[in-house]
Amino acid sequence: MDEIKHKLNAALGQAVRGRVTRREFTQLALASGVSLAAANSMFTKAWADEPKKGGNFKVGVGHGATTDSMDPGLYPDQFTGTALWGTLANSLTEIDADGNVVGDVAESFEASDGAKKWVFKVRNGITFHNGKTVTADDVIASLQHHLGENSKSAAKSLLKEVASMKADGPNTVVFELTGGNADFPYTVSDYHMPIMPKKDDGSVDWESGIRTGAYKLEKFEPGVQASFTKNENYYKPGKGWFDTVQFLSIKDVAARTNALLSGEIQYMDRCDLKTLDQLKSNPDITVSEITGYGHYIYVMNVTQKPFDDVNVRTAIKYSMPREDILATVFLGHGTVGNDNPIAPTVKFAVDPQPKHTYDPAKAKEYLKKAGLDSLSFDLSVADAAFAGAVDSAILWKEKAKAAGIDINVIKEPDDGYWDNVWLKKPFVASYWSGRPTVDWMMTTAYAADAAWNDTFWKNPRFNELLVAARSETDEAKRAAMYAEMQQILHDDGGLVNMLFNSYVEAHAKNLGHGKVAANWQLDGMRVAERWWFTS
Amino acid sequence: MTAQAPDLRSVRARRTLWENTRRTLASAPFSAWFGMIVILIYVIAAIFAPWLAPYGEAEVVGKAYQPAGGEFFLGTDQIGRDLFSRLIYGARNTIGIAFVTTLLSFAIGGTLGVLTALKRGWLDQAISRVVDAFLAIPVLIFALMLLAVAGKSIINLVLILALLDSTRVFRLARATALNVVVMDYVEAAKLRGEKMGWIIFKEVLPNILPVLITEFGLRFCFVFLTIAALSFLGVGIQPPTADWGSMVAESKTLITFPVRTFPWIPAPFYPAMAIALLTVAINFVVDWFLHKTSGLRDEK
Amino acid sequence: MHPVLKTVLQRLGLGLLTLFVVSVLIFASLEMLPGGFAQAILGQGATPETVAAFNHQLGLDRPATVRYFEWIWNVLHGDFGYSYAGAGGSIKQSVSGIIAPRLYNTFFLAIMTAIIAVPLALFLGIMAALYRNSLYDRAVNAVTLTTIATPEFFIAYLLMFFFAIKLKWFPSLSTVSDSTSIGEHMYRAALPAITLTLVIVAHMMRMTRAALINLLASPYMEMARLKGVSQRDAIVQHALPNAWAPIATVVAFNLAYLVVGVVVVEVVFVYPGIGQLMVDSVSSRNMPVVQACALIFAATYILLNLSADIVSIITNPRLLHPK
Repeated sequence: MDEIKHKLNAALGQAVRGRVTRREFTQLALASGVSLAAANSMFTKAWADEPKKGGNFKVGVGHGATTDSMDPGLYPDQFTGTALWGTLANSLTEIDADGNVVGDVAESFEASDGAKKWVFKVRNGITFHNGKTVTADDVIASLQHHLGENSKSAAKSLLKEVASMKADGPNTVVFELTGGNADFPYTVSDYHMPIMPKKDDGSVDWESGIRTGAYKLEKFEPGVQASFTKNENYYKPGKGWFDTVQFLSIKDVAARTNALLSGEIQYMDRCDLKTLDQLKSNPDITVSEITGYGHYIYVMNVTQKPFDDVNVRTAIKYSMPREDILATVFLGHGTVGNDNPIAPTVKFAVDPQPKHTYDPAKAKEYLKKAGLDSLSFDLSVADAAFAGAVDSAILWKEKAKAAGIDINVIKEPDDGYWDNVWLKKPFVASYWSGRPTVDWMMTTAYAADAAWNDTFWKNPRFNELLVAARSETDEAKRAAMYAEMQQILHDDGGLVNMLFNSYVEAHAKNLGHGKVAANWQLDGMRVAERWWFTS
Repeated sequence: MTAQAPDLRSVRARRTLWENTRRTLASAPFSAWFGMIVILIYVIAAIFAPWLAPYGEAEVVGKAYQPAGGEFFLGTDQIGRDLFSRLIYGARNTIGIAFVTTLLSFAIGGTLGVLTALKRGWLDQAISRVVDAFLAIPVLIFALMLLAVAGKSIINLVLILALLDSTRVFRLARATALNVVVMDYVEAAKLRGEKMGWIIFKEVLPNILPVLITEFGLRFCFVFLTIAALSFLGVGIQPPTADWGSMVAESKTLITFPVRTFPWIPAPFYPAMAIALLTVAINFVVDWFLHKTSGLRDEK
Repeated sequence: MHPVLKTVLQRLGLGLLTLFVVSVLIFASLEMLPGGFAQAILGQGATPETVAAFNHQLGLDRPATVRYFEWIWNVLHGDFGYSYAGAGGSIKQSVSGIIAPRLYNTFFLAIMTAIIAVPLALFLGIMAALYRNSLYDRAVNAVTLTTIATPEFFIAYLLMFFFAIKLKWFPSLSTVSDSTSIGEHMYRAALPAITLTLVIVAHMMRMTRAALINLLASPYMEMARLKGVSQRDAIVQHALPNAWAPIATVVAFNLAYLVVGVVVVEVVFVYPGIGQLMVDSVSSRNMPVVQACALIFAATYILLNLSADIVSIITNPRLLHPK
């Protein structure tokens, strides 16, 4: 009976995340001897626990630094992202729980001229926290903040394709792009690009913290906490349930866990995987796990020896014990990668064949093809790339010996890793937090001219398809193009995609929520807007 | 003159070194004995680690967090390495690193301290001011910065900690030596025209040695703790090298949240206890040594 | 001039010189660090253009010597400058504004710990000297040695486990802000204070005991005993006044530690003190903040040592009235 109960509970959990339908759940429940009515009510309860207003919601986040600032162009991570964007502000668009792009401050958007021209309609009559109405000028000033010669914004490169922005009346913004991009609405959903009020001098007011979101800023102490109160005039119906919200920066994972256990916070991100079973067994706490778009990778510079030989690359891909690494270093929390950077949940994702699994015999075979008996190379790693990069590399080194591959693991300093190691050393550990579309991901990291092309891989066919797919409006043709691109990257690229990491988070049982988004941690960084207390 | 020397000795035979040691040891209290035995065990473990440890230092031999007993004496760690083996290799690395670091810091700090005490003048002033500045910067944060500058490797760690520690040793050596350099026998040596090296090593050093050796014991222990703290802050000894301080830091979440496979003693306790036991042992021996050499008369 | 005053002035002068050397050392180390503020903030997203824009705005494209002298000139005029974070906006964050609340928190914790730890250490130390070699002496010795020998984050987590999670007497998080009342602040800082007490009591207690026992062999103590003074009075009335100098030195050393060395405890209990601020600022290369923190730490260290010296002079008549 216990086992069945356990399975039912698991299924309920799946149902909440939208992976199990009501029918599937009911069938399972009936099979285990639960009546139809009971099964139905269980499902309904789990899926739609009636949202309730009120409560003080406290979140412990494993990021946050004393150098954090209100400038959205410089939001470095989950702390500023979740608190100062997801709680406080809105972008033009947002990614919903199913990974689709929908309007946010923009009510609607449409493309013309082969997706080179985009028209965004600003939602009518919505206001900033100070009561001022949001207009097209505010939108333009907000995005202009990231552009221009002196911009220090991390979003500068995202918006580099914007040739011009114009207001057409108070509620319409027209973007002209340098080339067609069917995914432009996704780009402007980024957490670096909240809509902020324009100042009289034409620049944007990012300092005051006046935004449009479900909560108003009460106090922000960089590296310590950010607290918010409810915005009574919020325009999104059925969002923003709490009276107050507080984000605490708790970088030490043990301290974060203890704070959740002792009830000082109700939500924590980045759980400690080693002690997760203990946490799960606590009756007051729910552990949630979402496989997002983010992935942990090792990238080689394909222009350098010995990685310039595709057979060597393939041999290396077959020498990595992905399953073992996932099981030991990440304790199973993730999905093994297959040298395709597109997460399975992203639209147009495919799973290229043959799968790159651990196969020392095959690796040897490819080495032979490359005319080698054995292979030795340096691998530069640091936990700055991702937590577990060093342990994974050491495990890889141990197992790759069987394929005649000798990996010399070099632990690089965390400080300055992205500066001195990434894009500089021939084979390095890296990560991407992923992108919600195929185009965005490929353009960011695998296009021949991408600033972040960390494999220095320039495949003519791939790049030809990339450009063609952007303005292709026929879904089927576009899907075929994207499938081919993913296959080429899998076979030929310098990317070893070890795994897609899971967001493992935990929260108090008395929190309710809908389907959880996968695009960022903390329910797409909008946990404060989307969740509520059930009791 | 030289012919008479053997005669003198035959009158009253001097105790041999061995006999001296034996007599001294016989009078050692229990705590000193305990300390010496513990240190001996650690030294043996450190020297013979590859023969004593059932598995390799970095060898992945099982699943993560396998329970103690059976195949793995103390269970396995977070990526399935044998904890007992790592503990033994840890003795070698931890003690080795701490020993080299402390030795180096005494070589630098001690020599400079005695030298400046003898020479005084502008060199003394200059070195003392720089040392004061070093002392006034928190060790941990300064070590963190210097490690970021130099890059994280064991050699850099040893050099940086030795440098920072040597400033502390310098102060002590200089202060103690100042009391000695005014003695008549040092003056006499200077008048004889002895070389500086001779005066330092033959006249001054033997007389400040007890103080330095005591300090050596304490500094030696502090090095473990500094490395543990650095590992906690994300620098320190680099994996897969087994080091007790890093081993405690790596498994810190298990202190408040023991994983089921360690039902009685959570994993981080072993390396922590290894550090604590060694520190206590060294201090017991140092206390006894101090007591012997300082001629403290503690009646009753 | 009064000899004590003269010594104090001399030491203060040396202290200023030390501060200057500290600022040079820290500035030089920061200059040598790989990467810069822009790279640290932007991480993977740092493109050469954005980094250049950043450095220009912060004035980091000028030579290091120019920046150093400009900085020290401003400091001499009481201006510690602005944090790099938030630069370019209309609201600049002054370094003193960032440091002040954290410095308050650090001093709060240090004073709270000192109030518990110093009397406790003196008491334990005197008792140990009084009943030396007794079971009590040995037990205290072994226990304090063990607390010295255990990494402090280990002690911190153990205390958290027992007092915050099992017994729920104290909160596991010590987050405080400027609106926290004193009572609440004390309650929240309780676990960090206990942890630090355990760390520093051992050192002070052992020194007190050693200093007292050291004096027991001196002729005047012999004399006192011959007069028939009890062991207890001999220690408390005759030995203790002469032992103040070494005790003051070790107390000063430990108080300095409470201000400058508690970053690990701050991290474990999420206590917003100055140590974490400095570590954060080092890793993000926020130079003005690092420099200011370093000066504060150095000044604390120098002033506490000076106080210890003054105590030594005052309690030693020979130093107070030189021939």
